[in-house]
Amino acid sequence: MHELPVTEQIIKVVLEHARKADAHRVVQVNLVIGDLTSFVDESIQFYFDFLARGTEAEGAALHIRRMPARVRCHACQHEFAPDGVDWRCPRCGNLGGEVLSGRESYIESIEVE
Amino acid sequence: MKTMRKVEVVTDILNANDQIAQENAATLKAHGILSVNLMASPGAGKTSLILQTARALNGRLRLGAIEGDVASRVDADKVAAAGIPVVQINTGGACHLDAPMIRQALRALPLDEIDLLIVENVGNLICPVEFRLGEALRVMIASVPEGHDKPYKYPGIFTAVEAVVINKMDLAPYVEFDLTALREAIRGMNRDAAIFEVSCRTGEGIGEWAEWLWGQWQARRAPSAR
Repeated sequence: MHELPVTEQIIKVVLEHARKADAHRVVQVNLVIGDLTSFVDESIQFYFDFLARGTEAEGAALHIRRMPARVRCHACQHEFAPDGVDWRCPRCGNLGGEVLSGRESYIESIEVE
Repeated sequence: MKTMRKVEVVTDILNANDQIAQENAATLKAHGILSVNLMASPGAGKTSLILQTARALNGRLRLGAIEGDVASRVDADKVAAAGIPVVQINTGGACHLDAPMIRQALRALPLDEIDLLIVENVGNLICPVEFRLGEALRVMIASVPEGHDKPYKYPGIFTAVEAVVINKMDLAPYVEFDLTALREAIRGMNRDAAIFEVSCRTGEGIGEWAEWLWGQWQARRAPSAR
């Protein structure tokens, strides 16, 4: 549900940058989204295709680079990727740690003509 | 011939929301208000916690509230009946509050008469986490009947908050619930979060939570205001 306002914002930023670059068509939009966020790729794609109609971004491909969650163990500082419900450090067995990545949600670049 | 070019953007997807959130934060700070974004599942006890908090603070801090729901004024009416200035936001379907909604609501509240503003977010553990409102603190309620495994299912919210209030502790003997496991899971994901065990029905543990809020408010007071 919240992908609709979010996708509106993506298109706004994309069109601003496309115009600044004197582009007449946006070919691809590159997003980076962390696995700990609640954004659903298919949902963003759905709204994007709909909202981009009639703009310079119509038909643009959406490329979403997913950032897996990475955690640094509080006890032994080992960095690991939590596997679903398992947030235990694979080295020392301590539960959880500081979240290093997985919360990203930004527009990295656009490819234009 | 058309040439393909790459244009660096590097703009946060939530940039527009975050800018307004910063304006809200400035407005709240200018009025000396401590603001709390209260998030939880539907029925976890958000409105009850607001009412209990008002009772426990007993006038030490003047409360205000913003009630977010898809529809109805049910919560706002309960809060208003307790004498707390309140604005109801009906999102009309949206699953979370965002910064523009809060900006609008702040205009309708007597900000000079409020010390602690509790924003009751729309009930769910997913979307509200992504949208900053301009709040000073993010707090979630994890209620006992929901079970002790929620941190693993919704890591986003458990890693984002400054405090977790475990509500409905009075029901613990009657449902399958492992308090130690829940505390361990919260601690593992968020070492700094304050954890409170309360029952909004019996009032158990509310005092400790209210003291924490009082401490947070005092810590944020500008030296000139003392």
